[in-house]
Amino acid sequence: MSFKNFVFRWNLFWEDATQPVYMDKLAEGLRNTFLIAAIGFCIGFLLGTILAIFKLLPKNSKLGKTLSTVADVYVAIFRGTPMVVQLLVAYYVLLPLFGLKAPALTVAEIMFGLNSAAYVCEIMRSGILSVDPGQMEAGRSMGLNYIQTMFRIVFPQAIKNILPTLGNELITLVKETSVVSLVGATDLFCAFQYIGNNNYEYMIPYLMMALIYIAVIIILTLIIKLLERRLRASDKR
Amino acid sequence: MISVKNIYKNFGSLQVLKGVSCEVQKGEKVVIIGPSGSGKSTLLRCMNLLEIPTYGEIWLEDKLLTPIDPYLHFEVIRLSNTYRAAYQVLKEKNPELSDQEIDAEVIRDIKANDLLKKNEGKEYKQEIKRLFKQSYIDINLARQKVGMVFQHFNLFNNLTVLKNLTLAPVMLKLKTQEEATQKAMELLERIGLADKANAYPATLSGGQKQRIAIVRALAMEPQVMLFDEPTSALDPEMVGEVLELMKEVANEGMTMVIVTHEMGFAKEVSDRIVFVDEGVIKEENNPKDFFENPKDERLKEFLSKVL
Repeated sequence: MSFKNFVFRWNLFWEDATQPVYMDKLAEGLRNTFLIAAIGFCIGFLLGTILAIFKLLPKNSKLGKTLSTVADVYVAIFRGTPMVVQLLVAYYVLLPLFGLKAPALTVAEIMFGLNSAAYVCEIMRSGILSVDPGQMEAGRSMGLNYIQTMFRIVFPQAIKNILPTLGNELITLVKETSVVSLVGATDLFCAFQYIGNNNYEYMIPYLMMALIYIAVIIILTLIIKLLERRLRASDKR
Repeated sequence: MISVKNIYKNFGSLQVLKGVSCEVQKGEKVVIIGPSGSGKSTLLRCMNLLEIPTYGEIWLEDKLLTPIDPYLHFEVIRLSNTYRAAYQVLKEKNPELSDQEIDAEVIRDIKANDLLKKNEGKEYKQEIKRLFKQSYIDINLARQKVGMVFQHFNLFNNLTVLKNLTLAPVMLKLKTQEEATQKAMELLERIGLADKANAYPATLSGGQKQRIAIVRALAMEPQVMLFDEPTSALDPEMVGEVLELMKEVANEGMTMVIVTHEMGFAKEVSDRIVFVDEGVIKEENNPKDFFENPKDERLKEFLSKVL
């Protein structure tokens, strides 16, 4: 392909992309990608943490056993099916089945959260297990209860250990948002495709899309690194 | 202060403690020694329920930390269906025996052969419930009174030294933040580490960590202190400073239970030494007699190796 051809295609794209209607579409796409990833991650983090604690409860009580089984089943279901399938089932099967109505965006946010929880659960579990059991014992030996010791002592250390892996999960989430157009939500992928559809010229839109994804992820990586450095303050010798 | 009554501890099929009983009086310094794997650490950890005994009871003053062990209460055994049935059988067989003799024989038999079942009738259940309610104390409440020092220090790595000392007293609402900080600074001052108040544990030497771990336990103002091999993970040159601090604490009249391999320290500080081997207490004596004329064969062998 000649340079001239490339410039031609670029001009075609630029002409479209700078029109207000497409600009809005792009802004909406970018915003939704962020929203789905961010809200999904928050839900996933909270729910995943709870599930991880369920899994780590002592197995000698009936409650502990039951909750641990609940977490096991949850993880098996959400890790055992692809994200796209979960999204489609939620939107096209479960919603009509229960006669509910919800915007595609909301469904996507929740489903990404539920999916992410399964992964965060396992990440969190490994993080908690990576903390020396002596830390829990020391807290308990002073009269703090399990929850107090967990949140004040074990969690901060666990989070520090798993931050790189959690970052991984967030990045995966951002990239995976590209499937939400299947249920009709507008994300980055959808916005660029929309531009391409205008004159069936996809080369530049897809190229730009890839660059924007990379840019977003690089920014995220930097933020995670900064956070990691702050959390590592107590490691300095 | 602490009474350990006939405790057993099993880890799966491994029996670590096989019926250990001992008493620690107020103000007493008790040292527990024994070969590795003898169950001495497990015994110590049972005293604040970091390990839950399989059978037996642990008492802190007049408060019960474990569930009721029916085998330790004759009046409970007498209420069981098993006892009643066995009593009848024995009485019919040997009408010449007196009531007391039958009673003693049946109880002996039940205890020896572990005959009590899960369901022993309503009265039995109620009596156990009553005894339990009467003397049970919440474990977290009990642990506030029992300080513990670990082999590997276990300082909270994510908190500064000062926070390590103030966290529990403040969280448990025993002190306000100001009171706790003041007390903590006093304690740090005393061990000469006040300048480390805002340092993280990772920056400290082993000896410093262990001394801070000891004052962290003291910051709770406990009634008893348990030491689980406090010098075993230290460089030799740091052992002295930790033992020195422990002696100071001992001289202030603190009740202490210490698992250690430091025989010199044991001889100097303790009121009583307990030798644990193969999950039972083999010998128990004052330090002078303990070292000078040990009676148990295993203890003689042990002492000849470590002294």
